[in-house]
Amino acid sequence: MKKLIITMATAALFSSTSALAQQSAAVQADIDAFQGYFLKTFPNLSLQDFSKGPYAMSDDKMMQFEAIMEMPPFEDLLEKGGDLWNKPFANGHTFSSCWKVSDAEIRTLYPRWNAAKGKVETLEQGLIDCLVSNGEKKWGTGKGKHAWVASHLTTLAEGQVINVVVPEGDAAALAAYNDGKRFYWAKRGQLNLSCANCHVGGAGKRVRGNTLSPALGQSTHFPVWRGKWAKSKGDGFGTMQRRYGGCNKQVRAKPFKRHKSQYDNLEFYHTAMSNGMEISGTEYRE
Amino acid sequence: MKKTISSISAVITLATLFAMPLEVGAKEMSGKDLAFDRKLGNCLACHMIVGGSQPGNMGPPLIAMKARFPDIATLRAQIHDATVANPNTMMPPFGAHGILSADQVDKVTAYIHSL
Ligand code: HEC
Ligand code: HEC
Repeated sequence: MKKLIITMATAALFSSTSALAQQSAAVQADIDAFQGYFLKTFPNLSLQDFSKGPYAMSDDKMMQFEAIMEMPPFEDLLEKGGDLWNKPFANGHTFSSCWKVSDAEIRTLYPRWNAAKGKVETLEQGLIDCLVSNGEKKWGTGKGKHAWVASHLTTLAEGQVINVVVPEGDAAALAAYNDGKRFYWAKRGQLNLSCANCHVGGAGKRVRGNTLSPALGQSTHFPVWRGKWAKSKGDGFGTMQRRYGGCNKQVRAKPFKRHKSQYDNLEFYHTAMSNGMEISGTEYRE
Repeated sequence: MKKTISSISAVITLATLFAMPLEVGAKEMSGKDLAFDRKLGNCLACHMIVGGSQPGNMGPPLIAMKARFPDIATLRAQIHDATVANPNTMMPPFGAHGILSADQVDKVTAYIHSL
């Protein structure tokens, strides 16, 4: 009997590769400390409240946000994203054929550790890979079609929970995570600021007129639609890695290329810190 | 006559085009100009300064500076490289990272000390 239980347990262990892999204890400790810091610093906010970023910090701003979300300025482009998602490739397949899970679950798989490739995979990279494996041309990344389709998936995934797993015992996965963590806390650029300086220590404070969003919950609504991007480039949509580039430039640091190890590992760490938060669908930001 | 008018207007256009840069070049930026300029000091990004609009609040308001910094050298050191006093400070090392030249740091220091 004992033997049988052990065999079953081992079988379960082997069948449960990435989806059920156990979270690294070190990573879970980081997440608990990170979320604990924010909950303690902002005792009036619940974990889910942090998803509203700067709007959670001010009733006035929240009212403006809610008014805009009544008639979101991004509906047309989001719909185009849905159309592109459903449009068959030249070979007759659609994007859906690249994933085994339902469309609504795809967003929740990412970012994830791909042990076979030994690297982090993001949702946006998954879209590009899907194009390529179906013989289609790659798209430009970060905005445009790429961001609209990713936003379509974010909208479908609304209400599901972020759950980034760094598998316990996988040294390479932990190394990628730690690389992202170092990036997040390292000062850089001529202005000598880390991501954490502004979005952990500075969360809720103002730089000139901008209220800084807390790092916790930044991943719930990406790709995001930003008024500022819409004004300067005509397309308000941007992926997480487009935003990383913008925040690097702000401190006069050279941005990294999207979908390479630096930003992929950063996204792995940064998203994991919001584990347990609900995906809120596509949202507006200033 | 028509020709004169058009050449006069050409002169005026040229003059207006050049007047601005010439004036800015000729008139050196004061400590206050440097402190308020968004590309140079941009102190208002993080500090309230009397007379500056839309200040941020990452750092303390810059008021009563002589009381807080009786020795102007301490103030200059904070502006030159705030990381010496606090390695994890959010305040950029204006002198040490060449955001402002030594001369500009002097001017900003004198201005801030006067607040
Ligand atoms: C000089 C301060 C500063 C630094 C340093 C900085 N950011 Fe930002 N960041 C901002 C401001 C200002 C905004 C726009 C307001 C907001 O949403 O916080 C922003 C927005 C963001 C957003 C979008 C939030 C949303 O919900 O739309 C993300 C994500 C982000 N930053 C991540 C980062 C990361 C990662 C780093 C480091 C690579 C970083 N930031 C460094 C100032 C900074
Ligand atoms: C990105 C944010 C930021 C910018 C820009 C900034 N500071 Fe600061 N400053 C701070 C913070 C935060 C502190 C609090 C002490 C510390 O952490 O060093 C501070 C502290 C100071 C102090 C010490 C005040 C005291 O009472 O101890 C002075 C003086 C000062 N800043 C002057 C300036 C001047 C002058 C400029 C522009 C040339 C400037 N700061 C730009 C963030 C900033």
